[in-house]
Amino acid sequence: MREISLHILDIAENSIRAGAPDVEIGVRVDEPADRLVVTVRDNGRGMPEEMAAVVADPFVTSRTERRVGLGLPLLAAACERTGGGLKVRSRPGEGTEVEATFGLSSVDRAPMGALAETIANIASGYPDVRIALAFSSGGEQFEFDSALVREALDGVPLSSPQVAAWMREHIQEGIAGVSSLE
Amino acid sequence: MKTLEDLKRIREEALKAMKVREGEQGTKITVAMGTCGIAAGARETMSALLDELNKRGITDVTVTQTGCKGLCEQEPMIEVTRAGEAAVTYGHVDAERARRIVAEHIVNGNLVGEYIVSK
Repeated sequence: MREISLHILDIAENSIRAGAPDVEIGVRVDEPADRLVVTVRDNGRGMPEEMAAVVADPFVTSRTERRVGLGLPLLAAACERTGGGLKVRSRPGEGTEVEATFGLSSVDRAPMGALAETIANIASGYPDVRIALAFSSGGEQFEFDSALVREALDGVPLSSPQVAAWMREHIQEGIAGVSSLE
Repeated sequence: MKTLEDLKRIREEALKAMKVREGEQGTKITVAMGTCGIAAGARETMSALLDELNKRGITDVTVTQTGCKGLCEQEPMIEVTRAGEAAVTYGHVDAERARRIVAEHIVNGNLVGEYIVSK
């Protein structure tokens, strides 16, 4: 994937396919430790420990449409080539948390890319799922929660194109206020 | 700054539009967003669809996402369902094709034959 935000989109997609009503995405820029930590946490159906241990293997997938699953293996490789790594914690019936750590200043780190567009598209594309983002850098944090937008809209769906545009710009401004991460 | 006030204005306008076509069901576009779709550019496809609808002031079309359907070589794929009509699946939908599908299928009601994977 060309951008870290495309990996986020992909992993969030897994969460939603696991039936998660809530998907919480965290992005933490830690300059002193030279790390970028991305987490995707859901309360979907989860998986047994043995499965969580092997999901970075491309020949392991729960899908029936095809026999390979490239999402997590691609993310693991993207982390590892920057000196970071991937952790997947999961419990059946409780949910899954994917934690991807990147070397912040590594030349091999993919750019974050269009994160605001990504989050807005997920929130709009799955109007019934709650999508939250916590973006933090240097002690400052921007938070977005699609449940609050849904509340403010009171009956107008999140999937309306005008709402999607509003969310994208709102998140874009929020992130820019906290960090100039690329 | 994009504030909640702007959001309220969007809400009022959307409600007005919903009232006008009371009872009618709008068109639904679904973008396949599996790993294969994402790697092929499905996020940009979705953004182009949203942008084109927004530019044209179309409010009764919803754009939602779905996972991989097993036709990875055709990605990015979208499915267009107009109220009362069968779903139409388009393949290799980049941003440019997405805008053309909005203009021809959504606005004018004509299928874009050359992009169709299945009807």
